[in-house]
Parts: sequence; C-alpha cells; structure tokens
Amino acid sequence: MLTAPLDLQLLNACAALLLLLSFAMLSQRRIVSLVNLLIVQGAVLTCATLLLAWRTGQSHLYVSAALTLGLKVVFLPWLLHRLIRRLEVYWDTEPLLNVSGTMLVGILTVVFAFALAQPITQLAATTMRSGIGIAIAVVLLAFLMMITRRKAMSQVVGFLSMENGLFFGAMSATYGMPMVVELGIALDVLVAVLVLGVFFFQIREQFDSLDLHHLESLRERQ
Amino acid sequence: MIELSLLLGFPAAGALVAAFFGAGRRGPELNALCSLATLLAACALTVRVIGHGQVLLAHEQFFVDPFNVFLVALTAFVGFTTALFSRPYMRTEVVHGRVTAGRLRLYHAMYQLFMLTMLLALTTNNMGLLWVAMEAATLSTVLLVTLYRTPQSLEAGWKYFILCGVGIAQALFGTILLYFAAERVLGAEGVTALLWTHLDAVKGELEPAVIALAFVFLLVGYGTKAGLVPLHSWLPDAHAEGPTPISAVLSGLLLNVAIYAVVRCKVLVEGSLHSPVPGRMLMGFGLLSLVAAAFFLWRQRDIKRLFAYSSIEHMGIITFAFGLGGPVASFAALLHMTVHSLTKSAIFFVVGHAAQKCGTPLMDGIRGLVTVSPTIGWGLMLGALAILGLPPFGVFASEFLIVTTAMRDEPWTAPILLVALGIAFAAIFGRVQPMVFGETSARRLPHAPALLPVFVHLAIVLVLGLYVPPYLADWYRAAARLVGGP
Repeated sequence: MLTAPLDLQLLNACAALLLLLSFAMLSQRRIVSLVNLLIVQGAVLTCATLLLAWRTGQSHLYVSAALTLGLKVVFLPWLLHRLIRRLEVYWDTEPLLNVSGTMLVGILTVVFAFALAQPITQLAATTMRSGIGIAIAVVLLAFLMMITRRKAMSQVVGFLSMENGLFFGAMSATYGMPMVVELGIALDVLVAVLVLGVFFFQIREQFDSLDLHHLESLRERQ
Repeated sequence: MIELSLLLGFPAAGALVAAFFGAGRRGPELNALCSLATLLAACALTVRVIGHGQVLLAHEQFFVDPFNVFLVALTAFVGFTTALFSRPYMRTEVVHGRVTAGRLRLYHAMYQLFMLTMLLALTTNNMGLLWVAMEAATLSTVLLVTLYRTPQSLEAGWKYFILCGVGIAQALFGTILLYFAAERVLGAEGVTALLWTHLDAVKGELEPAVIALAFVFLLVGYGTKAGLVPLHSWLPDAHAEGPTPISAVLSGLLLNVAIYAVVRCKVLVEGSLHSPVPGRMLMGFGLLSLVAAAFFLWRQRDIKRLFAYSSIEHMGIITFAFGLGGPVASFAALLHMTVHSLTKSAIFFVVGHAAQKCGTPLMDGIRGLVTVSPTIGWGLMLGALAILGLPPFGVFASEFLIVTTAMRDEPWTAPILLVALGIAFAAIFGRVQPMVFGETSARRLPHAPALLPVFVHLAIVLVLGLYVPPYLADWYRAAARLVGGP
C-alpha cells in the first residue's frame, strides 16, 4: 500500500484522537477533567482545521481555525471553569449506566456510525473523507454522554462535544460550511453557553444543587 | 430593499432599546410600538410581493415568495396583538409580584429578539442561516420560559433547551449533508450551494442517497421544534410554564416556523428522490402526533398544558396535510396554519386572564367564568369551539378540506383522522364546558378585561371560515403550488 503524505497522516491521526477523546469523556466523571478534555478536543480540532487549510489552500478555513481556537479552546472552557468554581460542582454522580457498560454501547455506536457514513464516504471527493464516519461517531458518543449523565454541567460538555463533531463532519465532507453560516453557528454556540451560565445560577438558587434529578417533577400530573 | 430592512430592523432596534429601557414605565408600550412598526413593514413587504411576485435580495441571501410572505404577515400580526395583550397582562404580573422590573426588561428585549429570529428564519434564502435563526429562536425563549423562576419553570426551560438543542443539532447535520450533496452539483467555493433558490433549481440532480439521509436528519431536527410525536416531550412544559403571552407566540408562531422549515426541505427532497417516501414520512409523523395528542389531552389538569397538547394535535394535522401533497391539501394546510395560529393565540390570551383571575392554572379551580366575567367566559367558549373545528369557523373549513382530500387520496387515513378529531373534541369540550358554565361562588369582576385581540382574532377566523376573499385564495393557491409538489 502506498504511504500517504505526512500531512494526510497527521490529519488522520487528529481524527483518531478526536474519537479517543470522545471515549475518554464518556468514562470521565470528574467535571474539571471533563472540561479539560473538551479543551484538548478543541485544540485537536484547531490543528486539524489548520492542516486542512494548509493542504487545500482554502483561506476561509484559517478563519474557522481561529474561531475554533478562540471559542472552544479559550473562551468557553474559561467560562465553564469559572462556573464550576463559582457553583462548586466537581464530581458527577454515578451515571445511569456504569462505565464499562457505557463503553460497550459506545463501541457499538461507532460501528453504527461508520455504517451510516458508508454511502457518503463513497461519494466524497475531499481528502478527508474517512473523517465523516469519525464525525458521526463523535456526535453519537456525545449524545450517549448526554443521555447517561445526571449533572447539568456534564450535559453541557456533551452538547459542546456534539458541536465539535458536527464541525469536524462539515470539514471532512465539504471543507466547512460557507463563512456566514459558520459565523452564525459560532454565535449560537456562544450565546447558548452564556444563556446556560445564567440558567445554572437560576437552578442553583432554586434547588441548591445542579443535580438534574430535581428536575423531574413535571411528569404528566394525574 | 427598504421593506425587508425595516422588517428586520424594527425588532432588532426594539430589542436594543428594550435592553436599556424595557423596565421603565413605558416598557410595555415600547414593545407594542415596535411590534406595530414591524407589522407595518410586513404589510408593505406583502403588498410588494403580491404586486411584483417573488423577490431575491442582498446577494440572494433573502428570498420572499408567496409561501413565506404569508407567514411573515401572520407572524408580524400575531406578534403585534400579543404585544398588545401582554401590556396589561405583564403589568398585573408585576403587581402580583411574580415578575420584577429587571425581569420585565429581559422579557421585552427577548420578545423583540424572538420576533427578529422568526422573521429571519422565514425570509432567509440560505438553509444554513435558517438553522442559525431556528437555534437563536430557541435560545431567545429559554430565559422567557424560566421568567418566573419557579422549580417547574426551570425544569421546563432546561428540558426545552437540551431537547431542542439536541434536536436542532440533528438538523445541522442534515444541513451539512444537504450542502455536501449540493456542492457536487453547484460547484465548490460554496457561495450558492446552500441557497434554497439554487438548490430548488437543481434538485433533480442532487444525489438521492445523500439527500435521503439528509432529510431524515432535517425532519427529526426541525420536527423536534415543531413538537411532532415522539419528539414532543419538551413542548407542553415549555408552553405551560412560561408567561402566557410567550405561550401564545410559542404555540401560535414558532411551531409554524418549524413546519415552514420542514416543508422547505421536503420540496427539495421530493424533487431529488422522485418518490412519495418523504410525503409518507410526513403523513406518518402527522398521524402519530394527532392520535397521541388526542389521547394525552384526556390526562391534562393544567389548562395551559391542555391547549399545548392541542397545538401538537394541530401540528400533526398540518404535517399530515403537507405530506398528502397536491394543491388542495397544501392549500388546506396553509389555511390551517393561519387559522390555528390566530385561534390558539386568542385562546392563550383568554386562558391567561382566566388563570390570573382565578389564581390557579388548574382546571378544577377554574369554574363559572361566564358569571365572573362574560367576556372571558364567552371568549374561552368561542375559542374552544373554533379550535375544535366547529363550523362556521375557519378551522372547520381547513379540516374539512384535509379530511375530504385524505378520503380521496389515502382512504385508510380518513377514519383515523376522524376518530382522533372526535376524541380531541370530547376531551377539550368536556373540560371547557364546566370552566365556562360551572357553579361558582366568586363574584363578578367590576370591569371587563381588555380582550379586544381575542375577538379580533376570532372574527378573522370566522370570516375565513365563511368566505376566503378571492385575492387571499389566489395567494394561498400560489403558495400551495410552490410547496404542493407534483
């Protein structure tokens, strides 16, 4: 088999790292570490975007890389760390499914993701087409994390990780979305986290905790 | 073009001004004034589109055709009447101490921002911007749902945020796939590949395998926002726990915008796949929502939740009709969107007053409204009869068209439709009747509440049921041709 050029190998390594980081998040229960993993994921995503920009010469990818760096590596994690300190939520409680069980489901999810990506991968003309399967896997694993976690903060990390996966998917399939859309998405993510910050304080004020089992009273009242 | 800049400019400016002065004594008037200005801009835009046909603006980023201009006009109109209703309503909430001045400022700023995001979603030609605007619409209403800061409202807000956030993330993935398929036809650089008009022009050449996958994600994503069963669980909470004016715009307007997004996608997908599958999927989701909501209606005790479930039911009917396709069903779906929006917001206005006067949203605590205040009592009764599809109201006309078309095209669905509508009728009428005419010890209110918007809405619905003016019918027909498919 021909050896791929170095930059492509690096890109694939980035993709693999993203998937590994998703699994790491799935098993991590310390919330501070969870946010740190999110920083690393953002950093890997920035590297991948830069490499792709350099390889394809698409200048708008440099802007996306800068946006990713600023938003997902610096600003949002800073905000989340600040929230964690202010609200003093350090540990997630025992997840709904234990770690080994979650991992098993995670592996099945990845297999499913690659099967789902098959028809798209065959059509893609980009150099990064193997990334599409990984992107879907990252999105689904983030989804799994949101389902199995109890603390609001872990769900938010899952939400942001899902956004990372979607971003990587757009990059692998089409070298990113048009600039105006990408800016809009970045703005939405930023506002979402700010709204959540406000929201956390409201939940905290009301319940003295960020545990979501307090938020289970609104069932169908008989 | 000036009309469109004004249409988007007024709510944007209103949000900014309200962010500084919304707490003042004139805050509610400011809100209503901005909404009135938006309505006038929408009217100007409508006149323009009726006169000149569809228009493309700002490097094709904005696109107004008969389909979306009618929703723009409807959104601006209900936005204005809701702002009128919210003026005395929110003042009373401040007097009751449920809302502080600071929160009133947040409320007014977010209200205008919410109008802006909906109008942006309706007028944009870019499928990516449509997604951005839909997400922004969720974000701008999360803090409105939690305005009262009660445990229930916080829970509702959290559910709303997370479920709609996850749902809409699916829609983003669908949009990425759509872009991926389009880029292969429309060329790289992606300047035009997400513009709906360009996609529509080449829809026959888009790769069917990718488009089919994209549609599944788009339908799940925007379907979550439209409250289609089984993606609906956030809807009754979010619509019931927020302040009533917000319930009215969420039920009356935001659901329409979500359906609009689904229909825009469906037009592209049908053109690409040349098969009835997308329509069948819409029909399936629609029927499921209708039937499930009809049964859920029986279990409700909170009046706002009752009507929130009724919104799910009607979204089901509309989705089903768009799924049926063809000019008649699409015409009926558009008419149903209009009359549902007007009737449901009118009902929420009345319900808001009823719950405020009785001091409880629980239906067991609301009795004899007609004795307490005939305006509220008759408003609720007429609103309920209208939404239940009794002639001569407009809902009857659209439901009649939908059922007869279903009998002709898909006969097996007609009994399901009729039975579900019957169950919903019994559930809602059985609850509303004692609330309006039941025994009560409460004394009559000294003066009638200001419920002019309710009767204006119901009057329009009544007129639409008796007689659709020819120019309006032409307009609906033009829109139905655009979305009806082959």
